[in-house]
This record gives sequence, structure tokens and C-alpha cells, in this order.
Amino acid sequence: MMSVIASLGLPELIAGIMMLSLNAYALMGGADFGGGVWDLLARGPRRDAQRALVSASIAPIWEANHVWLIIVVVMLFTAFPDAFATLGIVLHIPLSLMLIGIVLRGAAFVFRSYGSRGSAAQSRWGLVFATASVVTPLLLGIIVGAIATGSVGDAAAQIPRHRGALDAAMPNFADVFITPWLEPFPLAIGAMALALFAYLAAVYLAYAARDAELREDFRRNALIAAGAVFVTALTGLVVAETTVPQISHRLMTSAWALPFQSATAIAAIAAIWALVTRRWSIARVAAAAQVTLILWGWAFVQYPLLIPPSLTIRGAAAPRLTLELLLWALAIGGVLLLPSLVYLFRTFSAERHASDTRS
Amino acid sequence: MTDLLAARTQMAISLGFHIVFAEIGVAMPLMMVLAEWRWRRTGDAAYLALAKRWAKGTAILFAVGAVSGTVLSFELGLLWPEFMRFAGAIIGLPFSLEGFAFFMEAIFLGVYLYGWNRVSARAHLLAGVAVAVSGAASAMFVVTVNAWMNTPVGYQLAAGRLAAIDPIAAMQSPAAFQQVLHMMLAAYAATGIAVAGVHAWMLLRGAAPDFHRRALAIALLVGVPAAILQPLSGDISARVVAQTQPVKLASLEGQWETERGAPLRIGGWPDASREVTRFAVEIPHGLSILAYHELNAEVKGLKSVPKGDRPPVPVVHVAFQTMVGLGSAMALVALWVAITVFRRKDVATQRPLLIAIAIVAPFGFVATEAGWIVTEVGRQPWVVQGIMRTADAVTPMPVLVVPMLFFTLLYVVLGAIVVALMTSIVRETEHVA
Ligand code: HDD
Ligand code: HEM
Ligand code: HEM
Repeated sequence: MMSVIASLGLPELIAGIMMLSLNAYALMGGADFGGGVWDLLARGPRRDAQRALVSASIAPIWEANHVWLIIVVVMLFTAFPDAFATLGIVLHIPLSLMLIGIVLRGAAFVFRSYGSRGSAAQSRWGLVFATASVVTPLLLGIIVGAIATGSVGDAAAQIPRHRGALDAAMPNFADVFITPWLEPFPLAIGAMALALFAYLAAVYLAYAARDAELREDFRRNALIAAGAVFVTALTGLVVAETTVPQISHRLMTSAWALPFQSATAIAAIAAIWALVTRRWSIARVAAAAQVTLILWGWAFVQYPLLIPPSLTIRGAAAPRLTLELLLWALAIGGVLLLPSLVYLFRTFSAERHASDTRS
Repeated sequence: MTDLLAARTQMAISLGFHIVFAEIGVAMPLMMVLAEWRWRRTGDAAYLALAKRWAKGTAILFAVGAVSGTVLSFELGLLWPEFMRFAGAIIGLPFSLEGFAFFMEAIFLGVYLYGWNRVSARAHLLAGVAVAVSGAASAMFVVTVNAWMNTPVGYQLAAGRLAAIDPIAAMQSPAAFQQVLHMMLAAYAATGIAVAGVHAWMLLRGAAPDFHRRALAIALLVGVPAAILQPLSGDISARVVAQTQPVKLASLEGQWETERGAPLRIGGWPDASREVTRFAVEIPHGLSILAYHELNAEVKGLKSVPKGDRPPVPVVHVAFQTMVGLGSAMALVALWVAITVFRRKDVATQRPLLIAIAIVAPFGFVATEAGWIVTEVGRQPWVVQGIMRTADAVTPMPVLVVPMLFFTLLYVVLGAIVVALMTSIVRETEHVA
């Protein structure tokens, strides 16, 4: 463990900030997708009130939350251009599908909010919004899972690097562009990402709801989603054991595995306990911690690889000057960004929902 | 359709779609803020109604701009992974700065749209200003990337790879200043004149004159100066292109031979197989004067480079003629407005002028599309001028025609819905106070 810390340099620092941004995207943008899941699953006498709460919580902040994803992408191609190129080639299909999901989710959400009220068109947009909110996290999880298995790196290695050789030596289409991600493990991670985002959203919404019954609805949803997280995580482990032994091997032997697994378990239990005993703000923090620990667990177990099995953070890193300038840009941008974000969230925080008069 | 052509088509459609929303995203917040500021100063409720109307439209357009921009940032890797492998480290910096500009834009747009009753009057107006400033900043940063692709600097070539790269120098490439200037003016001109055209049309129909005359005034304030300056800025652009990208200049003008005292061609059709441009009206020495401000300056012709290094000349030439024609028309109408105002007459009651404004309303957006075709198609066959060919940048992924068709369909549907929503927002204003 100490040797890891000693080996940290600029590329690792940038990779760490990239991971933080992905983390922020999961906690904020992910929860916005999870909100869409609960829109789709809204049931019972308070169905419309549930949807209204989802909508009111997402509306002012989803576009800002979405920018975290842009930051991850931009950092990736600036600091690790080789990794960006590899992902763009091998994961062309799931990335394109995810983009279609992102476009439809965002567009349908504003079309619903600003279209003519109460019309059939509005409920149609609601359905598009909710469906895209389910499909997009699935694909995001599939992509992360596919990277982790090492199939993406393996597939990239099969592609000849010299253009002239390309037509003659192009390997089988499915081997390079489909099987690396259409495997049991990435699919299991996709399901887990969906469950996690839905879980986060339900916990946040239970915290934000002012109406006691609405709160109970989302508390129930959160507990169901916590169950789904547990089941999908367990499935992921079993699938890893049988189909990608190298992952379960790393999960068992890495020095980081045990601390992360125990911390994740503690956070998960704390969140459930807080939900059961109706301690809303503790539930929120614990659920966020749980998701964060899962993500960082993945990062540490995979370290120092960026795209397994062989592309390392160092190996993919851009020249030093680029990394230094990027760090400056991040520092200056961060100084502007963080206070603005805090301002945004405070302006629209749950405490102030109560006195809300919508304009 | 080859994979390369499919990738180029998908990129062109995605960018062509995004740029409309991006231009609106740059200029509309400024107009919103001006309307709100007038309301706070005068207490005139029509301005408040206007600011809220414009904000409603902006909310929809911004969201579509944000998602289409997201598609673009992924498409750089999905379609052009070898370009990004090659150049990511040198052009990434402005993209990162742009990322933070997006953040500020999205954050303060949220505050602006949903914070009317939650933040103080001053904070609300300032949030609008922050949106306007960061929108302009994000456009600036991304255009410096494109300028680098046109006039790459800040690197050495070692074994076909970039070495000793200097991202700061790359942001200051020779084309950067003129492209940023021309793009910013384009955004204000296109959006300002288009919005003015909509309100001019409503005034012609006699709908809610108090509301629409205020809207017209603000839109013209933003659009008219930019539309008048745009041909001057275009002249600067053309001169930089002449010096840095002579082949692009030759294809803008359909100039095949290298000659002194080259003529300016208006209209005409460049025939690539015969290597002549026919049916054009030629103004003697015109091109030499415009490009170099010199009667007999030498202009390089297309024949000076092998066929494989020439762009599709007819496309570039026609696009350039379109931009200049539409730009000139806009500038003339803008001058007419300026003269009318200067003579202290009320624009809102001059029917012929209102008709002219309504006619040129779409011109700015069409000119923008044409201008980007000039810039991008005119750079072919290079993705990075002189050092990397588009054919070497494209992904090895086959059957790219499928994603191309999918995204095209998606954009056609989205575009149609946006138009329908905007139409209904405008219709609602027939009866506002
Ligand atoms: C409102 C839109 C608009 C209008 C009225 C004009 N342009 Fe333009 N033009 C653009 C919008 C635009 C643009 C934003 O689409 C481009 C593409 C790349 C750029 O920097 O600006 C462009 C590019 C562009 C280029 C190529 C620059 C390059 O490749 O580096 C030239 C030479 C001109 N323009 C010249 C003109 C002239 C002489 C105009 C005279 C009326 C004119 N433009 C009007
Ligand atoms: C000259 C061309 C371009 C201009 C002027 C421009 C400008 C803008 C502006 C002003 C926005 C704010 C959103 C809006 O107003 O709707 C925006 C959004 C965006 N643009 Fe562009 N853009 C251009 C090209 C590109 C390109 C080539 C890319 C990617 C490679 C890109 C990526 C994005 C992204 C990711 C967003 C979304 C940001 C968010 O979520 O808020 N843009 N663009
Ligand atoms: C938003 C305004 C823009 C429009 C409408 C636009 C238009 C186009 C068009 C028509 C093409 C296809 C050219 C061809 O293949 O014949 C293209 C290609 C391309 N553009 Fe742009 N462009 C814009 C801005 C940018 C910017 C700011 C960048 C840089 C980040 C950029 C990067 C590219 C790349 C990488 C390609 C593919 C390679 C190539 O064809 O050279 N574009 N664009």
C-alpha cells in the first residue's frame, strides 16, 4: 500500500481527479437518471405527486450535474488520448446507444416540462424520459464492466495499427465490437448501476419530500432498490467468479479489496438502518458513501491499469506539459466552479422547497 | 457509401445541428438579461413578460444544445479516434476550459430559470450575466480548437507523431483570432436578426404591439451591429485564409490557375474535371485586391497542388457564395435599420423595413451553416491541415452508415419538435399585454 502512495505522480493525480469527477457524476447525474426510473415506476394514489417531486428536484440542476460527464470525457482525451481512442473504437456501439439515451432523456424532459400542459403529448414525453432514464445507466454500467474485464483492451490489441493493413487483416466484427461488452459480467454491472442510481434517487427524494406520505413512498422505494443493489452486486460477484476469474482473483487478493469491501458493507448497513429508523439525512450521506466506495474500490483494484489488461495510467498519459496545464485549468476552474455549485444547491435545497411558489 | 464518407456525414450533421443551438445559447441570454434589466430600471411589465418568454424558449433550446454538444464530444472518439490519439494532448486544454464554461453556464441558467422567487433581484440579473458571459467563453474556446486544425502550430513532428507540444501556443494559432471574432459576431447577428424577424412578423400581423416593439428593439440592438460588422470580419478571415490556407482560398473562389491580378468571381460553377470555373461574373483584379489588398498580388490556384490534395471545390465555392450573399443582404437590412434609428424614426411602424427584417430572419443561420461548410469541407482532405488526413483519422469500425442514419433520424425528429414548440411559444404572445 505504501509503495502505491510513493509512486503517485502527475498522471495519477489527474487520473484521481478524473475519478472524482466520475464519482460526482454518479452521485448527482446518476441520481437524476434514478429519478427517471421512479417516474417510470410511479404507482398508487400519489402517482402524480411522486412524479411532480421527481420533476421539481431534477429541473434546476440536471444540466449542471450532466456537465460532470463532459468533464470526465474531456479530461480523458486530454490527459490519456490513447485510452480515449481505444474506448471510442471498441465501445462504439454501447457508447452510441448511451448517447441516444442521453439525448432522449434530456430532450424529453424539457419537452415535457415546457410543452402544452396536460396533453397526450406530455405523457408521451414522460414515457420517453423515463425509458431513457432506465436504458442509459444500464449502458453506462455495461461500459464500465466491459473495461474492467479487460476484453476492451484485448479487442483493441487485435486491430492492426497501420491503415494499409486494415482491410486485409481486420478481425471478425463481433469479436472486436460486440462480445467485449455483451458478456455476462458487463451486463451484471449494468444492472447494478441501474439499481444504484435508482437507490440514490429514492433516498434523496425521501429526504427532499415534505409530505409525510410521499416520504414513506420513497422510503419504501429506497428499501426495494437497496434490495436490488444487493442482488445485482451478488450476481456480479458470482458471474465474475465463473466468467472473468481474473477479476474475482484481484477482488480477493488486492491489498485494497478488504478495506473497501468492509467500508462499503458498513455504509450499506448504515443506510438501511437510517432508512428503517427514518433518519433521512444520515440515509442520504450513507447511500452516497456506499456508491462512492464501490466506485473507488473498482479504481483501486484496477490500479495502475487504466484499460486492463495492459494500458496503464502512465502508459496512456499525455506529455508532462499538457498534464501540468490541465492541472492549472482544473485548479482555476475549480475555484470558480465549487462555490457556484454550492450556491446552486443551496438555492434549490430541500429546506427551501417548503416555501416554494413555482414561477 | 464508404465508412469515411458516413463518418464525415455524421460529423457534419451533428455539428450542423449543434451550431444552431450554440449560437442561440451565446446570444439569447444576453437578450434575456437586457430585457430583465429594462424591466428593473423602468418597472414596465412588458419587459418582464418578455424576459420570461425568452427564458422559456432558451430553456428548451439550451437543453437541446447541451445534449447535442455531449454527442459531439463523444463523437470525436467514436468517429475520429486516431485524430484524438494524435492531437488530444495538444487541443485538450481549450476543451477543458470550455468544460468549466459549460458548468458556469448550466449552473447559472438553473438559477436564472428557476430562481425568480428564490434569489434577490440583483443576484438574478447577475446569474443571467454569468450565463451570457460563459456561453460566449465556451464558444471562443471551442473555436480555437478548430482554428488549430486549420493552422496547426505549437509542435514538432517526430516519426509521424506530435512532439514538443505547446498547448498554449496551439490556442493562439494564426486563424484563432479571426475565427473567434467571426464566430462571435455570427452568433449575435444570426440570433438577433432571427428573433427580430419573428417579432417584426408579429408586429406586421398587428399582434400585441407593446410587447413586440420592445422585443424588436432589444433583438435589433444585439443583431444589427454584429450584422454590419460581419462582412468586415469576413474580409479579415479571407485574408488570413489566403496567407495560411491558399488551397482553401482557391476553392472558395474557384481559382484554378495561379495568377497575378486574379479576378473575383460571383456565382459560377467550378468544373473539377475540366479544371475551370464557368458562368461566373468576373470582377477584374477583385480577388487579388480582396485577399491581399493589392492590385496585382499573386493568388495561388488549385492546379498548384495534386488532385488528391484538393477539396470538393463546387461545394466549397457554392457555400462561400451563399454565405457572402446572405451576409450582404443582412448587412444591408441592418444598415437600413441603423439609418432609420439615426433619423429618429420608429422602426416598429415602418412596414417595408419590418418586411425586410422578417425576410432576412433565417439568413444568419443559413450563412453560419454555409460558413462552416467553407471552413471544414475547404480543409479536406486534411483533418489537421497539412499533417493528418481525414482518411487516417477515421475509426476502423465498419458499417458506419448505420449510426449515421440513426443520429440523422434523431436530429430530424428533435429539430421538428423544437420548431413546433417554438411556434407555439410565439403563438401564445399574440395576446400578451
Ligand atoms: C451570420 C453568419 C455569417 C455571415 C453573415 C458571414 N459569415 Fe463568414 N463564416 C461564418 C458565418 C458568417 C461562420 C461562423 O460559419 C464561419 C465558419 C468558421 C468561422 O470562423 O466562421 C465563417 C467562415 C468564413 C470564412 C472561412 C474562415 C476559415 O476557414 O478560417 C471566410 C473567408 C468568411 N467566413 C468570409 C465571410 C465574408 C466575406 C462575409 C461577408 C458577408 C461573411 N463571411 C459573412
Ligand atoms: C463552433 C462551434 C461551437 C460553438 C460555437 C459551441 C458553443 C456551445 C455553447 C454556447 C453551448 C452551450 C449550450 C447551449 O447554449 O445550447 C454548447 C454546448 C455544448 N457544446 Fe458546443 N459549440 C461548438 C462546437 C462544439 C464541439 C465541436 C463540441 C465537442 C467536441 C461541443 C461540445 C459541447 C458540449 C459537450 C456542450 C454541452 C455543455 C452542457 O452540458 O452544458 N461543441 N456549445
Ligand atoms: C459547430 C460548428 C461546426 C460545423 C457546422 C462544422 C462542420 C463540419 C463539416 C461540414 C464537416 C465535414 C467536412 C467533410 O468531411 O467534408 C466537419 C468535419 C469535422 N469537424 Fe467541423 N464544424 C464545426 C466546428 C468544429 C469544431 C469547433 C471542431 C473542433 C473541435 C470541429 C472538428 C471537426 C472534425 C474533427 C471533423 C472530421 C474530420 C474532417 O472532416 O476534417 N468542427 N465539420
